[in-house]
Amino acid sequence: MKKGNPDILTEQTAQRAAWFNDPKIRAILYQIAVLGIVGLLGYYLFNNTVENLKRQSIATGFGFLNKEASFEIGESLIPYSAADKYIKALLVGALNTIKVAFVGIVLTIILGTFLGIARLSKNWLVSQLAAVYIEVMQDIPILLQLFFWYSFFYDILPSPREALEPLNGVFMSNRGLVFAVPEWHPAYQYVAMAFIAGCIAVYFMRRWARKRQERTGQLFPVFTLSLAIMIGLPLTTWLLSGAPLKMSVPELVGFNFKGGLNMSPEFGALLIGLVLYTAAFVAEIVRAGIQAIGKGQVEAAMAIGLKPGQVLSLVILPQALRVIIPPLTSQMLNLTKNSSLAVAIGFPDFVSVASTTINQTGQAIEGISLIMVVYLCFSLLTSLFMNWYNKKMALVER
Amino acid sequence: MKLLKLWLLVMAVVVALSGAAFAGPTLDNVKAKGFVQVGVNGELFGFGKPDEKGVWRGLDVDTARAIAAAVFGDANKIKFIPLTAVQRFTALQSGEVDVLCRNATQTLGRDTELGLDFAQVNYYDGQGFLIPKKLKITKAKQLDGATVCVLPGTTTELNVADYFRENKMKMKPVVIESNAELAKAFFAGRCDVLTSDASQLAGTRAVAPKPDDYIILPDIISKEPLAPAVRHGDKQWKDIVNYAVLAMIEAEDLGINSKNVDEQLKSATPAVQRFLGVTPGNGKALGLDEKWAYNIVKQVGNYGEIFERSVGKNTPLKLERGLNALWKNGGLMYSPPFR
Repeated sequence: MKKGNPDILTEQTAQRAAWFNDPKIRAILYQIAVLGIVGLLGYYLFNNTVENLKRQSIATGFGFLNKEASFEIGESLIPYSAADKYIKALLVGALNTIKVAFVGIVLTIILGTFLGIARLSKNWLVSQLAAVYIEVMQDIPILLQLFFWYSFFYDILPSPREALEPLNGVFMSNRGLVFAVPEWHPAYQYVAMAFIAGCIAVYFMRRWARKRQERTGQLFPVFTLSLAIMIGLPLTTWLLSGAPLKMSVPELVGFNFKGGLNMSPEFGALLIGLVLYTAAFVAEIVRAGIQAIGKGQVEAAMAIGLKPGQVLSLVILPQALRVIIPPLTSQMLNLTKNSSLAVAIGFPDFVSVASTTINQTGQAIEGISLIMVVYLCFSLLTSLFMNWYNKKMALVER
Repeated sequence: MKLLKLWLLVMAVVVALSGAAFAGPTLDNVKAKGFVQVGVNGELFGFGKPDEKGVWRGLDVDTARAIAAAVFGDANKIKFIPLTAVQRFTALQSGEVDVLCRNATQTLGRDTELGLDFAQVNYYDGQGFLIPKKLKITKAKQLDGATVCVLPGTTTELNVADYFRENKMKMKPVVIESNAELAKAFFAGRCDVLTSDASQLAGTRAVAPKPDDYIILPDIISKEPLAPAVRHGDKQWKDIVNYAVLAMIEAEDLGINSKNVDEQLKSATPAVQRFLGVTPGNGKALGLDEKWAYNIVKQVGNYGEIFERSVGKNTPLKLERGLNALWKNGGLMYSPPFR
């Protein structure tokens, strides 16, 4: 026994030292320590804030969401009145943000792609014009551009009583753009259904055409036929259901136009400002993406007899998109986040409604947390979608 | 930009509120700094706006100067922080300003849930409508369907919604945070009508491109007692702000103004002697110099003087004293005895 003791001791010491010196375990320990400190700090901040808010008798918690908002909101996608609760007011704001971000992103991608291709044009004038546009738009702060477009709407356009009518049923005034839309008729329901059915039919047709091409090498006029199905099917439905043509035409009643669809100057200015600004960045991304593909690839594709359209869709785009998508995602996020500048020109986006809420309830900490959470959700959803798309595109590699 | 500022303020609230030791009484803090930090409007003519030479002018600005005169004996030991309606209460809560003199309406909710304390009202106001003459509207009841320009985060935003709701009328609000941008949009015809406190409308109208093209409708749809505000919980500081305003009212009541205040030092009237600190006591009670009220009147003036030079008949605002006359003259301005 006595003999064995020192041996056991040394072994134990050796083991203990080894356990302590193991870099893997150490790393975990450090991480636990850091996490613990951050957690404690957070707990301390939170606790003290709550404590002191109570001492200053400032109300806390999210109970205010169920109180009556009692302020009006200028435009809304869902019915809203001052009698609704704060939570609904905030929802109206969030939907307005989504509206401007969604329409903005779609238009930005279209305009940006167009500009990016124009920038690469062999026509000197076209490419120089695109270059000037991109430089100018990138260099002017977005807030100034928004002020410019907003004052364009209310300073240059006349009052509703003297509204311009560039087209029949379209009115432009400092209250925005009002245009006639078809009046609701049950037939439109079927038209929409026909359109969806058309889309599904086109999807299967394309799959079939592709398989046939792989098997036999024969081409099928997919594009023309798809177009015909997607337009023809809804059109036939519309004609069959009696071709309802009644339009809701805007009319000047009292102070303002009634009927038709109205795009407010605030929305218009915000949308134009965001799209023109972000498109300049997207154009550069598209140009970079296209230029990233070696000239040899295009020449090779042409050499094996592909048509220019096929070169673009089969060789250039699949590769360019992989370069384009990641920076494009960040531009989309920028556009969404920049839409919070709406506050400056009075578009009731989420930030605008939330800051009114903060001021009416005095609950700044809760309000700002809500703003952060909502924008985080918008951004995460956009990135998730774009990452999924990116992965799908990346699979092209063989 | 604005959002960023609000953000910073909120962070300041969190930091200020999460400090373990709560900051000492505001008076000590202000004295250590050497000046009073005051939240003001910055864009509102007649209440708080710098003139062409950069000198701050207005009723709220003079109220703030009275506080500085009471604390330091020098009305210029002051720093003005312009705040929008949305930023103002957060700035006060976070301690960015010591006192808010920014035409804020006293309400029950702000007094309790916002953790504020309101001092003596320095202007009794009510909400009205400013409208272009060419629309030929004479009553607020004719405003059904109107597009209304209004500042966000104000009591007026709520009142106007209430008013249209109770009269079963429809409105379309246009809310812009900056006073100046909102006025610009209104004058350009973006809205049919601008609603705010009647005094503010007079101030906005005064800076219109053509003031005569606009009228203020006779309807007043709310009570708007505008008062300076401080953070809840510091009684001494609240007393000082409160009595700085009251001192101006009391001075007018006693017939003391900036011109005759030195003669009045020799007055035999006990109330005047107590007020000016010839008979000491009031200063000690507030924790101020005995000359505090003298300094206010000497350097800033009595309430009548600041009213007339900021918003009175000889200014572009051309406002009558109305509710803001002394109680003796049928108004609401009334001060408890200074003893």
